Amino acid sequence: MKLQIKNGRVVDPASGKDAVGDVFVADGKIAESFSKADKTIDAKGLVVSPGFIDLSARLREPGFEYKATLESEMNAAVAGGVTSLACPPDTDPPLDEPGLVDMLRRRAKSLERARVYPIGALTVKLEGNALTEMGQLADAGCVAFSQANAPLPDTQVLWRALQYAATFGFSTWLRVEDAWLAKSGVAHDGEVATRLGLPGIPSFAETIALGTLLELVRATRARVHVCRLSSAGAVEMMRAAKKEGLPVTCDVGIHHVHLCDMDLGYFDSNCRLDPPLRGQRDRDALVQGLVGGVIDCVCSDHTPVDDDGKHLPFAEAEAGATGLELLLPLTLKWGAASKLNLAATLARITSGPARILGTASGKLTVGAPADLAIFDPQASNRISAETLKSQGKNTPFVGHELQGRVRTTIVAGNVVYEA
Amino acid sequence: MPRNPQLNENGELQHLLSIEGLPREILTQILDTAESFAGVTEREVKKVPLLRGKSVFNLFFEPSTRTRTTFEIAAKRLSADVINLNIAVSSATKGESLLDTVANLSAMQADIFVVRHASSGAPFLIARHVKPHEHVVNAGDGRHAHPTQGLLDLFTIRHYKKDFSKLTVAIVGDVLHSRVARSLIHGLTTLGAPEVRVIGPQTLMPAGVEALGVKVFHDMKAGLRDADVVVMLRLQNERMRGALLPSAQEFFKHYGLTLDKLAVARRDAIVMHPGPMNRGVEIDSNVADGPHSVILPQVTFGIAVRMAVMSIVAGN
Repeated sequence: MKLQIKNGRVVDPASGKDAVGDVFVADGKIAESFSKADKTIDAKGLVVSPGFIDLSARLREPGFEYKATLESEMNAAVAGGVTSLACPPDTDPPLDEPGLVDMLRRRAKSLERARVYPIGALTVKLEGNALTEMGQLADAGCVAFSQANAPLPDTQVLWRALQYAATFGFSTWLRVEDAWLAKSGVAHDGEVATRLGLPGIPSFAETIALGTLLELVRATRARVHVCRLSSAGAVEMMRAAKKEGLPVTCDVGIHHVHLCDMDLGYFDSNCRLDPPLRGQRDRDALVQGLVGGVIDCVCSDHTPVDDDGKHLPFAEAEAGATGLELLLPLTLKWGAASKLNLAATLARITSGPARILGTASGKLTVGAPADLAIFDPQASNRISAETLKSQGKNTPFVGHELQGRVRTTIVAGNVVYEA
Repeated sequence: MPRNPQLNENGELQHLLSIEGLPREILTQILDTAESFAGVTEREVKKVPLLRGKSVFNLFFEPSTRTRTTFEIAAKRLSADVINLNIAVSSATKGESLLDTVANLSAMQADIFVVRHASSGAPFLIARHVKPHEHVVNAGDGRHAHPTQGLLDLFTIRHYKKDFSKLTVAIVGDVLHSRVARSLIHGLTTLGAPEVRVIGPQTLMPAGVEALGVKVFHDMKAGLRDADVVVMLRLQNERMRGALLPSAQEFFKHYGLTLDKLAVARRDAIVMHPGPMNRGVEIDSNVADGPHSVILPQVTFGIAVRMAVMSIVAGN
């Protein structure tokens, strides 16, 4: 099928292109211009961008279907313009066996919405003791290996895991948090946690773990993507590590770019996140790190949680926020506040994460997969439980007006969402 | 920041959840009302009809003797019906959620919920979900707040010292885990006490505690020097098991209140303790039973203060 998207403002972050024009799609790929289309989409007044790539979105299957289902979250993904997503292995059971990965991919594929890239468990049951069969998991479709939010306190296991992954060129995606220092903490260890009487997690829980990890990368030369930075100190360490030439990249969760511990207000359990929201200075450093490129990309860290998991006292509430449908509006908000142009803004959710994921999508080059998001950057959205497609309604942004509304989402040349 | 959830649209006290964020006028109103109730407790017929026909549910998710009892006495003196629920050994262990428990009790026509919970913020969660005519009084949540204890401490200080504007108050011990300390600090800073000190080892000080408006001392005598009021905090036994403190003996050596250490405070200093006391851990018996101690009057004042709080919220 031949598809022509006409008169849109075509933004290709990979090349920096931003101009009104047409995009042509043939056989599921971006094509050279042609004269006779089977279908045309009028994108006048809208932005045509590569579909968004989210490096962390929990789909909750298998095991947590009461929180969300593959179907509900895949609907949320395409409603948010997300055409590729990587899902962490913290399902139940965790993604530590090829059969599970294979089933997840098949189920996801049959829904014909976004592309799903499973991240395999680095250790069996995410328990941090024994390595998984990474080779077989990779054959089953795992793009990387991670512990999700599960701790890996044994540094010898971490060292071996990185050596093993490096041997075969697998990439590991790791959060950095010292399990002992973070023990029983639920909020950034600072003035707000002190006022609210919440057990704290100090910033150095992150920087100490990052220091350990970087030292192991230095020793093993393993390719490591550091997930969800939360502190100013960690941004500085990543800057130095990249300057040194270590094979490391990193991301930040979109909530951490906009919120800080002050937003906990009167115990808002929607602000209970992993890692915790830190101070204003940390948030500013994350914003600047993302602007300057020390932080490679931003992800939603989408975590749908049911009301039973959130209608609890803050410390007992389950961590996480729904995010797939907020990724675009919150990224646009960050870009506008940072005075970035649209191509540079969108790079953080297109070409940036595509490089880490190692996919050919995330750009509008001829021959690239025709994964596209067509959106109205000015249209405002009032975030509410009714408007969110995700089964998780847990977001600190409920009631907020945010700009940026997806009109059409295309995956492999097929329209998978239309508003 | 959303509107302070304790206040109604007219800025009146709908729930008492925390002293933090309450205006000076409301604190003074509570203390003045408590003053008027102090007389009631000395009369032969110790009752006033202010809450007649109202139901007060004592919802204790964590064990307590003193606080629960004084709330019960206070409610009865206001002529309310009191129902005591020791949730720690009933619904919670059967897996019922906090909000379900509250919804069920609400269906039994509650007017005031007095809530104690081990998790910081639990009374805020309940206050967000109760009906408009229902009131929540926080009887202690996690490390966060114990506002009626803070108020009775303020009442005691005002009783003996009259004026807050020249006072030096020293709070000693486990500030990290203490909801009593947090509530009292907010109360003192709101009422204009010029110098509030906290004394203890670094392991028992929460991060950034200075931001609450206090001066931090690690040396007990330096912190007690010329203090008008000394508030000793309870040190729970379980704190001695981890890496916070080596032993009760060592804690007592550095931070236990003895006559020798108290000698550097002002001659007319008062010594307070929220109870229950650990004699020989945070306080020496010579001090606890001595002329500076106002620990038992605190308990008595607690009844009048809780009467004041319940009558005020029920009237708004």
